[in-house]
Amino acid sequence: MRNTSGIINLFRRNVVAYMFLLPWLVGFFILTVYPMGYSLVLSFTDYDFTQPNSTQWIGLGNYLKMFGSVFGMTEFTAPTGELMRVDPYYIKSLSVTFTYVFVSVPLKLVFALGVAMLMNQKLRFVPFYRAVYYIPTLLGGSIAIAVLWRKLFERDGLINGVLAAIGFTDLPAWITSPNYALGTLILLSVWQFGSSMIIFLAGLKQIPQEYYDAASVDGAGKVQQFIAITIPLLSPVILFNLVIQMIGAFQAFTQAYIIGGGRGGVLNSTLFYTLHMYIQGWAYHELGYASAMAWVLLLIIGVLTAIVFKSSRWWVDYGVGE
Amino acid sequence: MVLENNGKAATLVRHGLTHAFIIILGVAMIYPILWMVISSFKPNNMIFSDPGLIPKALTIENYISGWRGYAGTTFGTFFFNSLVMCAIAVVGNVISCSMAAYAFARLKFVGRGVWFALMMITLMLPGHVTLVPRYIMFNSFGWVGSYLPILAPKFLATDAFFVFLLVQFMRGLPREIEEAAIIDGCSKLGVYLRIVIPLATPALVTTALFTFLWTWDDFFNQLLYLTTPASFTVSRALRTFVGDAGAVSNWGGALAMSTLSVVPAFILFFALQKYFVQGIATTGIKG
Repeated sequence: MRNTSGIINLFRRNVVAYMFLLPWLVGFFILTVYPMGYSLVLSFTDYDFTQPNSTQWIGLGNYLKMFGSVFGMTEFTAPTGELMRVDPYYIKSLSVTFTYVFVSVPLKLVFALGVAMLMNQKLRFVPFYRAVYYIPTLLGGSIAIAVLWRKLFERDGLINGVLAAIGFTDLPAWITSPNYALGTLILLSVWQFGSSMIIFLAGLKQIPQEYYDAASVDGAGKVQQFIAITIPLLSPVILFNLVIQMIGAFQAFTQAYIIGGGRGGVLNSTLFYTLHMYIQGWAYHELGYASAMAWVLLLIIGVLTAIVFKSSRWWVDYGVGE
Repeated sequence: MVLENNGKAATLVRHGLTHAFIIILGVAMIYPILWMVISSFKPNNMIFSDPGLIPKALTIENYISGWRGYAGTTFGTFFFNSLVMCAIAVVGNVISCSMAAYAFARLKFVGRGVWFALMMITLMLPGHVTLVPRYIMFNSFGWVGSYLPILAPKFLATDAFFVFLLVQFMRGLPREIEEAAIIDGCSKLGVYLRIVIPLATPALVTTALFTFLWTWDDFFNQLLYLTTPASFTVSRALRTFVGDAGAVSNWGGALAMSTLSVVPAFILFFALQKYFVQGIATTGIKG
């Protein structure tokens, strides 16, 4: 008797819990699991949005289309017998994106940490300063700022106006120069260091002042204290910021889209991965190819994140042995 | 005594220098934004000839000409669309994410550990990998051109960040009140509605705040799914307003509407600052 009521209770408890979880479960299966599987399937087809009924299996065709140029190919025969052209811009989009991620993320973290340390002092007005420094991050993802950025870095924009006023001549049109366009986007990303700064600031506040006091008594200078105390104790926070910012940077889209006017900019110098994917998928209707690109992006992010986590055991101090 | 005074003076000078440095750097940081706001009040022909902040002439002409929008649709419509879309997104996220979070944080059920781990994995998943099938699916529903592809996911707790944030917060709430309520005969639904939701208000405000801002700024989905000017949101409209090649003649109007487009973010930020800091510091929300 008791046993049956126990089972009924257990059953009821599970039903109630799953009722609460239901929206998330539905979303998880319909909007995450199913699309992921479907896009993997699509990545082996030549699915064209405008003529879905003529979809054919092309095996690894889309993947060869991406990386064929590495092997010196320009075209190849798909399993369907059709001739496929290698994407001449894919590798370029990869290199633009890697440059963007590997330059902007470290710069942003260094800047964020520097400002966080500046603010981690017993100063008045720190909440106000923190708010002001967060403003670029608050607004940075908006179309308004992307539009503004393009205007700032044009030949007759604000930046050149300021530079000219302090004596520089022969200034380039940053946005339309293949050498500098990506740099303006990196700068735009570094400018939005606010979230990392706030996380660093929260981490710095956890480090007991006594450590620094003791180090001072022992005669350690500021630099030594930074290397011996701040960096190790902050390393879990650094890891966290690094992963979050890296994953985010790989997916950057809006700013490049606006700066390049919907395309990859001059000589594709700002052809971000996601932008290239969008152009292939929605301008050329090559959704099969876009799906393959998405899966490669997922793999790249996954592998890099795994490397960062694996490497973290060498440089992140989790406070074991204290 | 003298030494102590010297020390105090030195500290004072050091602090003064730090303040000065922070202020100068801060002004440089927000200079572009200040310039945008001020330039939006300058006559069109003076915007780019003048990098300074103090305008030689003031006008609201840019706001009048910009507000007219394009394709017969004014920015009044675009702002209305954005506000309604964001409000619905906030409602969806607050309901669906708090339900999932309550289950994860407080209820015992078979498979909880597995589901929670899967939810955490989706946190790191780049959204692009689901993009194409979602588009095909929403298109087959006839939803492309409407707000449904943007809003329906909000009612299905797809923003795992907020589920995580709310789980963290709910785990920190005292259990005693909930236990007392259950002894008094309150159902789980009653506990959720009458106790957990009110107590979790700070985390729910953070959720609402970031949902609003991210939905307002989320350009990619708006670019994909909103197809007619009458349905455009502010972000989507601004982009067309500026044009593909950036060849707009009315830069004053573009800057004026850009300025207006960031006003809601500004108001929310300064009104609800502590929720911002909490939200970022506890979950590392990206930005």
